[in-house]
Amino acid sequence: MTIDMSQFISVFFDEAAEHLANMESLLLKIDVSAPDPEDLNAIFRAAHSIKGGAATFGFTDLTEVTHVLENLLDRIRKNEIILQPEMVDVFLQSGDVLQAILASHRDHIDLDRAAIASITATLNHLVENQPIAAPANQSALTLIISAGEDFDAVQLNHELSRLGEIEDYEPGDVATPWLYRLKTAFDIQKLIDSLAFVVAPERISIESSADMSQDFGLFLPETEEGAISLDEGYGFFEPLESSTQTASEDDGYGFFEPLPTSANAQIPASAPLQDGEGYGFFQAIKPTTSTAPVATNQPIEMPAPATTRVPNERATDKAVDTSIRVSVEKVDQLLNLVGELVITQSMLAQNALQLDPVLHEKLLSGVAQLERNTRELQESVMSIRMMPISFVFNRYPRLVRDLAAKLGKQVELKMIGDNTELDKGFIEKLSDPLTHLVRNSLDHGIELPDVRTSRNKQAQGTLTLKAFHQGGNIVIEVSDDGAGLSRERILAKAKERGLNVSDSMSDNEVWMLIFEAGFSTASEITDVSGRGVGMDVVRKNIQSMGGRVEIQSMQGIGSTMSIRLPLTLAILDGMSISASDELYIIPLTFIVESLQPKSSEIKTMAGRGNVINVRGEYLPLIALYEIFNLKPKINSFEEGLVIILEAEGQKIALFVDDLLGQHQVVVKNLETNYRRVNGVAGATIMGDGHVAFILDVAALVKMAQHVTPTELTAMAA
Amino acid sequence: MDQLIKEDEANRELLVFALGKEEYGIDILKVQEIRGYDAVTSIANSPSFIKGVINLRGNIVPIVDLRIKFNIGNPTYDQFTVVIILNVAQRTLGIVVDGVSDVMTLAVDQLRSAPEFGSALDTAYILGLGTVDDRMIILVDIEKLMTSADMALVEATAA
Repeated sequence: MTIDMSQFISVFFDEAAEHLANMESLLLKIDVSAPDPEDLNAIFRAAHSIKGGAATFGFTDLTEVTHVLENLLDRIRKNEIILQPEMVDVFLQSGDVLQAILASHRDHIDLDRAAIASITATLNHLVENQPIAAPANQSALTLIISAGEDFDAVQLNHELSRLGEIEDYEPGDVATPWLYRLKTAFDIQKLIDSLAFVVAPERISIESSADMSQDFGLFLPETEEGAISLDEGYGFFEPLESSTQTASEDDGYGFFEPLPTSANAQIPASAPLQDGEGYGFFQAIKPTTSTAPVATNQPIEMPAPATTRVPNERATDKAVDTSIRVSVEKVDQLLNLVGELVITQSMLAQNALQLDPVLHEKLLSGVAQLERNTRELQESVMSIRMMPISFVFNRYPRLVRDLAAKLGKQVELKMIGDNTELDKGFIEKLSDPLTHLVRNSLDHGIELPDVRTSRNKQAQGTLTLKAFHQGGNIVIEVSDDGAGLSRERILAKAKERGLNVSDSMSDNEVWMLIFEAGFSTASEITDVSGRGVGMDVVRKNIQSMGGRVEIQSMQGIGSTMSIRLPLTLAILDGMSISASDELYIIPLTFIVESLQPKSSEIKTMAGRGNVINVRGEYLPLIALYEIFNLKPKINSFEEGLVIILEAEGQKIALFVDDLLGQHQVVVKNLETNYRRVNGVAGATIMGDGHVAFILDVAALVKMAQHVTPTELTAMAA
Repeated sequence: MDQLIKEDEANRELLVFALGKEEYGIDILKVQEIRGYDAVTSIANSPSFIKGVINLRGNIVPIVDLRIKFNIGNPTYDQFTVVIILNVAQRTLGIVVDGVSDVMTLAVDQLRSAPEFGSALDTAYILGLGTVDDRMIILVDIEKLMTSADMALVEATAA
């Protein structure tokens, strides 16, 4: 049976993309002067995972680049090389190259071999030409080549001096081993690998010298034990337990146990303290070497820098398994099933209410338990699909940084509302159009620093990414305080292209022209934008998600592009209210306050509508039952409540019967099976299985502004 | 033309339901399930025959009362009221009828074309008439009917 690899490839692509994104965000926030070891490890792991996957699927180009990248990262995280600011840039670039390679494999497009070659060369250059890290990071090692046949000592010397600094040297012969003491920043494995061409690796053993001043003679007993072979040496670095076993061959082991207290006195700088009691334990041994030389041989074999690997590797395993991939349909199905469960549960609960609480005590407590469990289950299932928009936003600091540098502009990026949760499906589709908008703002919007200062603006422009809920939508805004759109230029361009335009068009209509395919007002084409591709694609992408793009712009002040997306599956915080016999949800973000009106505060205007005086401000007062044409249950305003709502800068007072409570609701699209209803943003299913409508506050505000109840009914019909 | 319709409709299983004294048949493949009438959430400012929406295992499904729409039958709602959940035009919706009586297959010779007048339905949605013993079954193109402008169920008709 052959395994169809193609089914895994897409998972690999997704994962690799995720790793790259993760790597990039870590790189962007890394503090070059004092990098957090955890971050370095995480970056390394990302590169490592991509490499592993790439090798599995035979993407050799990908493997090659990641391999060099990984080498460099590995050495940085082991403090063999000091992180330089320019390295971060190179890493970011290699991330881009990797992304390009991935894309080429995924979409079967041509690879940019030159870019791969250049980045590989740059990385290799970095690997080779970095000065070995500061002496503090070097460790003193004793290299023992077991007694036996002669070998090319000159060659060995040469190799060793390339890898580090030979401090002392004692030649051996058929009976006595060769001893080299050297200072090096490389780890033991690297040394053994490098020497493999000169001496058979089985003959080499390496120990970290605990004390540089120690006499060489101290190590001689070692030979009687026989130098640890390569394999055994390896066993060492794996789980700590096994190493203790190797080490505890003799009583000497137990002997050292009481000593750890004396340990702290002499921890060598060469041994970075990273983790674990186990580790501290081995350090404790070092001071004892001077007091109990006879028994030292085994413990000393513990190469201090190498043991630190153990915790690192473990951390890797944990980090890898923290997420799994599931298809969206399965989650949706789960969501619906849980919804059903909630309904069944509440049905049971209602029936149980009629039972005698004494006779059916056990049943009733079971039902109560079921209710709790069901709710928790529902909450966790609901949260599966939702992701904060920061997943998209996080890629922009990099983009803005690079682009601003390229264009010679100073830009500050502000991100607001990046915790706004929306459906994962949108997250993935959003990034392309948003990237276009951000690039546009940077290229066309924000002016060069000297232009800005001459216009009495700060040299540094501001680009704001903002996400929030509004009505039945999630709105994502890309705004800049740049030059704004030029009406004249767009119109001129449109005429030139033979589009049907007139000077009397409204601003809004003019702005929409930039979404025409091939439309560009840029006076010169840069490599960033201006070729006229982009905005039409942006609009197409947004529309395919059921959303729309709006532009607000003022010349010299700046422009704002807003993407409005329906909430299909977004979760929102809502307030449930009742009006007549119906229950509605008002998204919490629109509610300013709620109050109990006094009749003295309510006035009529021109006999048509009511206004309410809220602390000196007159707001239009509309009753929900009127707008929705329901049978009023409450006749005077004092008996109900007024909720002050604000949408799109307008405030209205909405009269309802009662406030019921606050809920997190899953927004369901009403248009899937029905059509749009004015004033309703969507629907949700309440805990009891009933459907409740979510009010579209923006629409309500509009309805309140120019519609009387009779006109409303006419409109709805 | 008539012949084509008959051949197309013949030997297809029909779900037969009643509106008042009239019997209607629809393609059973359009029927998802049959259920009782649950409390609906009424939709503001909607026509009276759109009773509202229900939660059908997580889907928001509109419910249309055909009895009100065609002004036949007896619009009462009790535990015997039947809702037929349909899948038409990638949508799920429910219709309230007076009762479901049968599932049957009509042979070509039992089919007649519809005359130009008669039932509450526009004849454009009637595929033909079927005769079984003394009963006359009105074959309805339920998909065409439900997506028609009269039903006000789809967006195009909203304005």
